Amino acid sequence: MIQFNPADLATMLPELFLLGATCTILLIDLFLKPTQRDVTHWLSLAALLATGVLVWRDAPAQGASIAAFNGMFLRDGVATVLKVFVLLTTGLVFLYSRDYLRGRKLFVGEFYLLLLFATLGMMLLVSAGNLVTVYLGLELLTLSSYALVALNRDSAVSSEAAIKYFVLGALASGLLLYGMSMIYGATGTLDLAKIHAIADFSANSPHRMLLAFGLVFLVVGSAFKLGAAPFHMWLPDVYQGAPTAVTLFVGSASKIAAFGMTWRLLDGAMGGMHVHWTQMLGVLAVLSLAIGNVFAIAQTNLKRMLAYSTISHVGFLLLGFVNGSASGYAAAMFYVISYALMAAVAFGMIMLLARAGFEAEEIDDFKGLNQRNPWYAGVMAIAMFSLAGVPPLFGFFAKLMVLKAVIDAGQMWLAIVAIVFAIIGLYYYLRVVKVMYFDEPHDATVLELPRDRGFRWVLSLNGLALLALGVAWGPLLDWCDRAFAVAALIPR
Amino acid sequence: MLSKTILLVIVLAPLFGALVAGLLRNQVGRKGAAGVTIAGVLLSCALSFHVLYQLVWGGATTFNENLYTWFQVGSFGAHVGFLVDRLTAMMMVVVTFVSLMVHVYTIGYMADDDGFQRFFSYIALFTFSMLMLVMSNNFLQLFFGWEAVGLVSYLLIGFWFKRPSAIFANMKAFLVNRVGDFGFLLGIAGVLFWFGSLDYSQVFGATASDVALTRTVEIFAGHPWHVATIVCVCLFVGAMGKSAQVPLHVWLPDSMEGPTPISALIHAATMVTAGIFMVARMSPLFELSETALSFVLVIGATTALFTGLIGIVQNDIKRVVAYSTLSQLGYMTVALGVSAYAGGVYHLMTHAFFKALLFLGAGSVIVAMHHEQDMRYMGGLRKYMPITWITMWLGSLALAGAPGFAGFFSKDAIIEAVGESHRWGSGYAYFCVMAGVFVTALYSFRLLYKTFHGKERFVVDAHHHGHGHHDDHHDDHGHQEPGHLAHAPHESPWVITLPLVLLAIPSVVIGWFTVGPMLFGGWFGGAIRVSQEEGRDVLGEIGKEFHDPLHMVLHGFTQAPFWIAFAGFAVATWIWLFNPGVTERFKSALRPLYTMLNNKYWVDELYQAVFARGGIALGRGLWKGGDAGLIDGVAVNGSAALVDRVSATVRWLQSGYLYHYAFAMILGLIALLGGVWWVNHLAP
Repeated sequence: MIQFNPADLATMLPELFLLGATCTILLIDLFLKPTQRDVTHWLSLAALLATGVLVWRDAPAQGASIAAFNGMFLRDGVATVLKVFVLLTTGLVFLYSRDYLRGRKLFVGEFYLLLLFATLGMMLLVSAGNLVTVYLGLELLTLSSYALVALNRDSAVSSEAAIKYFVLGALASGLLLYGMSMIYGATGTLDLAKIHAIADFSANSPHRMLLAFGLVFLVVGSAFKLGAAPFHMWLPDVYQGAPTAVTLFVGSASKIAAFGMTWRLLDGAMGGMHVHWTQMLGVLAVLSLAIGNVFAIAQTNLKRMLAYSTISHVGFLLLGFVNGSASGYAAAMFYVISYALMAAVAFGMIMLLARAGFEAEEIDDFKGLNQRNPWYAGVMAIAMFSLAGVPPLFGFFAKLMVLKAVIDAGQMWLAIVAIVFAIIGLYYYLRVVKVMYFDEPHDATVLELPRDRGFRWVLSLNGLALLALGVAWGPLLDWCDRAFAVAALIPR
Repeated sequence: MLSKTILLVIVLAPLFGALVAGLLRNQVGRKGAAGVTIAGVLLSCALSFHVLYQLVWGGATTFNENLYTWFQVGSFGAHVGFLVDRLTAMMMVVVTFVSLMVHVYTIGYMADDDGFQRFFSYIALFTFSMLMLVMSNNFLQLFFGWEAVGLVSYLLIGFWFKRPSAIFANMKAFLVNRVGDFGFLLGIAGVLFWFGSLDYSQVFGATASDVALTRTVEIFAGHPWHVATIVCVCLFVGAMGKSAQVPLHVWLPDSMEGPTPISALIHAATMVTAGIFMVARMSPLFELSETALSFVLVIGATTALFTGLIGIVQNDIKRVVAYSTLSQLGYMTVALGVSAYAGGVYHLMTHAFFKALLFLGAGSVIVAMHHEQDMRYMGGLRKYMPITWITMWLGSLALAGAPGFAGFFSKDAIIEAVGESHRWGSGYAYFCVMAGVFVTALYSFRLLYKTFHGKERFVVDAHHHGHGHHDDHHDDHGHQEPGHLAHAPHESPWVITLPLVLLAIPSVVIGWFTVGPMLFGGWFGGAIRVSQEEGRDVLGEIGKEFHDPLHMVLHGFTQAPFWIAFAGFAVATWIWLFNPGVTERFKSALRPLYTMLNNKYWVDELYQAVFARGGIALGRGLWKGGDAGLIDGVAVNGSAALVDRVSATVRWLQSGYLYHYAFAMILGLIALLGGVWWVNHLAP
């Protein structure tokens, strides 16, 4: 029997606050003239900041998991870390996008509201304790994302990308729901912890096959959201077609949420079947590494190249799951955070170079950047080196931790495959660096920078953070480790 | 108790100066760069003296703490920590004091150079790195400092990076040090592997020494080696590279391509002594292996004598001092080899003062001679530059070991310690260090006579007035005929002479105050550990006969080393002061010997032929065969062709058609379902 306990509201105070703030901003935005859109911008940032403070303030003690609404909603260490970084990267999206949107007449309230709703969806998703909450959070996120991709209504590429994203997303949602219904059929519950406790995977269980097929559908749903091959097809088209500001969001914050969802579903509910899903994820990981890295080489469009690079990074991320242990999840979480911060720099740089009528999304547009502006060429070089996993940058240690988890799991061949593909990946990242430093620019004029000083500062800091976190990665990894330290969230 | 804050300030003040002078060089300008680095090093130096005072007279205990944990993986932690005992404190004082002198001197020496700020940034960075090295409490940070000083040394040897010879020299220094560092790294790896920790206090502890003595490894079948021997020899190979011991000595003479201030700071007083310091710091380990110590002893003795001999035939004033440095480093190593660690470190300290003085004096001469370094075009300079002349005399007397001067106390102790030792190789070493005394006196006074005395062998050329003086002065060898000067030489400005005077003072007097406690008084406490087995603690044996410095000096007059040095002095005086022409006759009479020394035993040529050519040939082979053929041809082009084919065939999947995408997803789903079905039914 579901009972309403008013104290539960306090548990999800950050989410409720964000919801209230978003609705308020929605109302305020209605009364703003287009010239006053900055108000929405700053209010949205303030809402994110305040939500972040609430998340941080109410962070549960290490190992504690606070459940609300009969386990529908969980607040634990994992949720806290993921929410902090979801809010942080969404904040970066706002900060980086303002000039870009203004230059394309996209500086509208919808962008902010949809993003805020998507953020709310992501927060729900990573806190979900029930299949229904998972689905609710996911739909809130993806429906907002479809609309965001189509934000530039007049662009045929944008609309096409949005339609593809929508249709395939609907298909994936359908598959996910189908899997959920199978699992409900086998266990009679939607609660993740209860599924974990009830589900009988033993060889003579009558529901064994049903559960196994349900698991496959859950894996497919998660893989679609993450963009793992062969469920990655939407990714290059959406990355290229969407306005860069939206691509930045899809490529950073939503990946963090997708990681949270995957972990909740697979470890939370289906932890007992980890023998099966670790194998599946291993296959998906290798496929993603191969397809992502090989296809990225052939791209001339930087956004498309980064899309394939995302696929390869997802492959790496999935390797963290192969271990099926807390240290592996911590490595994967560390990885997804590092990826989100690196992607933010890369897409931020594209927006920095973009001007009205010029997208700067071809690799050739970065030619000779070092002559035009050595500082930002340096920032981009840091991002590329970090994505490639060159020490001592952030990306290197993220890869190292995942590889360590894989080797601890005894899967040496997986580690070797991952390293080989990482080396192949080096090629296309270094090509960007080469183009920036060794090619002659199309026009040798000094780079015209956007007027938004905040954008430039934060982007530079974001780039330097990749260096700083590469040197002092200890605390962040420690935080990730502590988030999973219990894993007693749902006892195995 | 030593304050953590003070220690941090000591290390970080020079780093701050280096960063400001380096990164903001255009903003702070020349004065700012010099000011901020000198202020940083001055602060560091003052606090180092404070730390030394606290440790010796203030009753402070040894400081050993980890300040920052870089990362912790399993049981292995990488920390930044300081171990400050008297050994460290002495090194800190020497490093910061000499560094301060060199900083001040640089204002004058580099006055016309375009890279003024860059130079200050480098030397301040060097000071930081060297402090990190000596203050470390673990092998990892030691290695960091070790590599960092190597890097700065590389940058400074090639400071005038437009000169091909400088580039050659810094590459050579870099490569030769690579060889040493490889050994060093192996040693550190061995320490971690066998002792399970990189922390000094644990490695020097009892459990580790048990492991070191009981575990053996067969490198060559049938010849078990103690772990202690392997580790110590590997670590010492690192010291051989850094402290330029035969056969890894070849880089040091070439490093004279760098500006003179760094020759004084890095290649005489501090960095090259890092190897000596390291072995002294590792004395608890080295004491476990008689074999390793014999190895150290023989290498050191060889270096002490044979590199000194080369110094006699050099004409470049800086190279004479450079070979003298090699020889003196050999003396220090010999001291380590006979377990007289305190003697080695003590000589390190006195040598730092007088050798820095000699280098800076040589630099002063070079400035006066408009960057002419060849002694054949000098002579009679004493009347032009009296301060340089006198301080150089004092430095040379200290170097030659004239009784009462700083070098006398340290060198005499080493020679006596070798005489006292019964270790394998000590007979050979005794001969080398004795003969070395004669050689030292010979080249020291030769340098003085050829530079400051006798006839002037240069012409002051009024025609050239204003011709080349304001040009970029460091590459004016080309347009100036040797021996022709545009101006008469003159004494250097006060920023150059002041450091000379300040360094001359300790070179003369420091022995009187320090010899008793530091050499024989167990001053270093637990920092240096010598086995108390019969006949091992040679300094302790000598110490029994030591009463006070005055007696040691008076005793010194009756001993063989004094008379040998005096003989060297007499011969030098006879040849180079009174009969300069006689050298030509010697040259032709001893033609083979001269040729051998002038070619430095052909070691450079050998390395060039074997290692450099061999390396290039190997590289070319790998390039043509391995890289171009196998990797480019098969792996890269082959896989590129493969990728092309794959992407051509698979491209239809990424066709842009929605139904293709959906189809791929469904295929993936079916494959996964099939896989699960297969696993469950065929392998339940």
